Amino acid sequence: MLDAKIPSGPLAEKWTSYKGHCKLVNPANKRSLEIIVIGTGLAGASAAASLGELGYKVKSFCFQDSPRRAHSIAAQGGINAAKNYQNDGDSVYRLFYDTIKGGDYRSREGNVYRLAEVSANIIDQCVAQGVPFAREYGGMLSNRSFGGVQVQRTFYAAGQTGQQLLIGAYQALERQVALGNVEMYARHEMLDLVKIDGKVRGIIARNLMTGKLERYFGHAVVLCSGGYGNVFYLSTNAMHSNVTAAWKAHKHGAYFANPCFTQIHPTCIPVTGDHQSKLTLMSESLRNDGRIWVPKSKDDTRKGNQIPEEERDYYLERRYPAFGNLVPRDVASRAAKERCDAGFGVGTSKQAVFLDFAAAIKRYGKKEAGKHKLPLDNEEEIIRLGKEVIKEKYGNLFDMYEKITGENPYQVPMRIYPAVHYTMGGLWVDYELMTNVQGLYALGEANYSDHGANRLGASALMQGLADGYFVIPYTIGNYLADEIRNAPIPTSHPAFEEAEKQVSDRIETLMNIKGNTSVESFHKKLGKIMWDKCGMARNAQGLQEAILEIRALREEFWKDLKIPGSITEFNPELDKAGRVADFMELGELMCLDALMRSESCGGHFREESQTSEGEALRNDAEFMFVAAWEYENGREWRMHKEVLEYEEVKPTQRSYK
Amino acid sequence: MALTGIFLILFLVVHVGLNACIWNATGENSDHGLMFNTAANFMGSMVVIRILEIGLFVFIFLHVIQGIMLVMYNKQKRNIGYSVPYGNRGSKWYSRSMGLLGTLILLFLILHWINFWVPSRFTGVNGVDGQPLEMELADGEKIHNLFALMQITFQNLWVVIIYVLGCISLAYHLLHGFNSAFRTLGVHNPKYMKLIQSIGYGFSIIVPFVFAMMPISFYLGWVS
Amino acid sequence: MEHYTMNLKLKIWRQANRDAKGAFRNYEVSGISSEMSFLEMIDVLNEKLIENGDDPVAFDHDCREGICGMCSMYINGRPHGPWEGTTTCQLHMRAFHDGDTIVIEPWRANSFPVIKDLVVDRSAFDRIIQAGGYISVNTGNAVDGNAIPIPKDKADASFAAAACIGCGACVAACKNSSAMLFLSAKVTHLALLPQGIPEHDSRVKDMVERMDKEGFGACSNTTACESVCPKEIKMTNIAYLNKEYLLATLNNK
Repeated sequence: MLDAKIPSGPLAEKWTSYKGHCKLVNPANKRSLEIIVIGTGLAGASAAASLGELGYKVKSFCFQDSPRRAHSIAAQGGINAAKNYQNDGDSVYRLFYDTIKGGDYRSREGNVYRLAEVSANIIDQCVAQGVPFAREYGGMLSNRSFGGVQVQRTFYAAGQTGQQLLIGAYQALERQVALGNVEMYARHEMLDLVKIDGKVRGIIARNLMTGKLERYFGHAVVLCSGGYGNVFYLSTNAMHSNVTAAWKAHKHGAYFANPCFTQIHPTCIPVTGDHQSKLTLMSESLRNDGRIWVPKSKDDTRKGNQIPEEERDYYLERRYPAFGNLVPRDVASRAAKERCDAGFGVGTSKQAVFLDFAAAIKRYGKKEAGKHKLPLDNEEEIIRLGKEVIKEKYGNLFDMYEKITGENPYQVPMRIYPAVHYTMGGLWVDYELMTNVQGLYALGEANYSDHGANRLGASALMQGLADGYFVIPYTIGNYLADEIRNAPIPTSHPAFEEAEKQVSDRIETLMNIKGNTSVESFHKKLGKIMWDKCGMARNAQGLQEAILEIRALREEFWKDLKIPGSITEFNPELDKAGRVADFMELGELMCLDALMRSESCGGHFREESQTSEGEALRNDAEFMFVAAWEYENGREWRMHKEVLEYEEVKPTQRSYK
Repeated sequence: MALTGIFLILFLVVHVGLNACIWNATGENSDHGLMFNTAANFMGSMVVIRILEIGLFVFIFLHVIQGIMLVMYNKQKRNIGYSVPYGNRGSKWYSRSMGLLGTLILLFLILHWINFWVPSRFTGVNGVDGQPLEMELADGEKIHNLFALMQITFQNLWVVIIYVLGCISLAYHLLHGFNSAFRTLGVHNPKYMKLIQSIGYGFSIIVPFVFAMMPISFYLGWVS
Repeated sequence: MEHYTMNLKLKIWRQANRDAKGAFRNYEVSGISSEMSFLEMIDVLNEKLIENGDDPVAFDHDCREGICGMCSMYINGRPHGPWEGTTTCQLHMRAFHDGDTIVIEPWRANSFPVIKDLVVDRSAFDRIIQAGGYISVNTGNAVDGNAIPIPKDKADASFAAAACIGCGACVAACKNSSAMLFLSAKVTHLALLPQGIPEHDSRVKDMVERMDKEGFGACSNTTACESVCPKEIKMTNIAYLNKEYLLATLNNK
């Protein structure tokens, strides 16, 4: 039975009560306690910095060349916080409620409430660190609105909010490095956990520059290794984002929760061909002004701006008149896929729909002309004025689009298509963010806890920083307080030796396959299976097929893989091989989880579970639980259920008609 | 570099202003260099100026030493160069060639000192025949006739060419140096930067041009 | 936009490790689509090399959307290739034509030693930040975010400087291998904010000292850095840094 260790008492007092009662470690003892933090994104950098400030001995690891490169840096839109600076009725409760509802009632009330509670502190902390958030002329912080909510609570720094927050956390981390509280290991990848007597005691890491395996002891290990969207090969994740650290933890007994919960973002730049290596997101904010459509006739090869109005199908406005182009991410994504699958897609690949700003340009142009008392019949002038407004609002996004596609989105409609963006699933954690393995924590996107089946915009940054700055510093003390008598275990301990040998054997095995197929080809094949059969729409038959296909692919992988170079050198192909090997196993588990969950919830459309109008149908009676999977061997998993009990919020079916 | 550079820029203002007196010796009303010689004599006999002159040499020396050290220092920072250089796509050639331009200017200066400064300070201002070149003022005082020395020196076409080349080097050196000095001193306000930039361009072109016109004027006999 | 395919000649710097002697090697790739990104073209080359049993070209890259700062190639004599305000990962093959020869070199600076092929070690940048590129505020110390108003123009200017992605193109382009643009972006970002004022003297001095120790050259204001910066960080930051540095030196106690 899974115990989430939610403190008793009213929801609003749980965190305060926890903080008031958890065990503390005195400063002298903190100096002799060692903590390993894996990953330096928002969660990892903020955790390592905060723990270092407290006086713990921290070792921080990242596989990139610098902690500042972690993929949190790519987040565009913003970060939510219940500050209510706009006086528009926001509150901790509302942020909590929106997040639970946005997650389609598949997340844990206690954790989400705490997230909403600490959200305001995050903004204060970041401002103090020098994060240059957007400001109003009076010098106060500016807010924008984001999808799925009715208040303005999103703080932002142009379209680079993730970058600015990460740089803030990175600077705090580097300060601790300078002070000697944190030791930084860049270009190091964690390849295994070391467990002694049921507790996590360290890791085996590979120095990616030399290929050498290294052992590190820690009284606790904190995984902040991000999400696993790259299992789909094509995603908006960075090229090297991977599941390996979390997967090794999983193999050591940590449960993997809701692995099939993936967020598909509706507005990405579409794939151009087989050479495509990754996808680029266009901010959700574009849907505020863009209209989404496809031609009414199939295989229409005309340019978007040459198709007359009456031959266009504004399918979102047609199907969801109440919300139109502003339906939530999951609904917009699914509708785009439906149109393309039905043969109405545009562009060379036919896997894209139009996002058109022509109407918005005219609308803004007229408004501007009105403002400046100009004649309203000068079409050219109106369009010019309208373009200026659009440029001011979305200029950097339009430039990025043009750079990538070579098309001018001010003249022809953008082409967009949904893409994998975020994974809500991850390692199962309790209220203290500890996995079911003693001493092993998971923070940020690496854990499952706050976003249920669908994440709202601007929530991921909030969660990463909440976990790292304000949750783990308290909860880890509650565990480490009992560790003060345990001296560091020398890394010559047999458990370290054994773990290192296993890692080294696996690397040898990979290198010695000496087959004919590159890692990249396997990864592409895996991605295609996952996208086709475990993507936006799934059905039992497809998922069963996918499991068999992945198994076959996995077998082929271990027989026919070709890795150039050697082990003891800088060898990115070898690094990638280890990651893809883990994705292969994860892919199977994702399909298994998706197969088990025969309901449509969040962005996951289970074809067997739909309303008579073809809309997603959630099944609370049978599936209101977290599926936490225990690894048994390479082929089997055992499912543990954490039943979700909603005391504050009454789950309802979402409708956007 | 910036501080010494700006001092040298200030010196150029004085130098060019004083030397411009030679053009009082043109046409019908030529004073035959009287004004110029008077000014030069005034500068040469004032104690403050003599002290400043020492300062000037110190600054030139510092500027040169700093420059050499800077070039040497920066040269060690990239042991393997690029096979395709970035070239003029992101910076001006003269910005990247301050060391070279500085060296040319220094070589020119050495010639310049030999031509004028050494004679006026030490060996005496003598004509081709070895007789002192002097000019008598209204009160009867005899002073060095540097004007005449210039006239003699700039009869040689090669000297004129070298002087003109020296001035061109100076122009490019200033074109970068003027703005760069203020940047190094921390002028970052866009308004002032624009102003300094305009002044810098004007200064870099006008001052060396005026200098260059002097030997040319003598050579072509515009002043006599 | 008409798409086309092209055949290209590549001349790429290959170096086995930090101490090995490197050299250029020539390659050819065919059927490259104008829709590909530059790095996808390198992916194609690498797949071919692996197939032929050769060692693929090592290069740094991660986000491939122009923000992480990891990619770092010196393409045809210019860091990040021919497009202005663009990182290598966002450069697309439309920039080239059939039959072109593309010369690819690593960032060249003694402070950025080559790790392999086109991959260089930029950890010196992290050490410069460690010397003072932060505001000393522990988690939990903060006052309310709106307690100190910051004028919009200052906040915007600070943001513009903070947009630096730490890629090192400025160093690569500079004839002196100077890191002044990188350093000045950080100093300006923090010094423009009221939160950054208490430490601004020590910050600028410590960071400059660290930069010199790391072996970067001295700035001579050639502006090459500004012209290649993918985030278009301006030279005015360098002037601002100089002002900060001068005042800090004068305030020396």
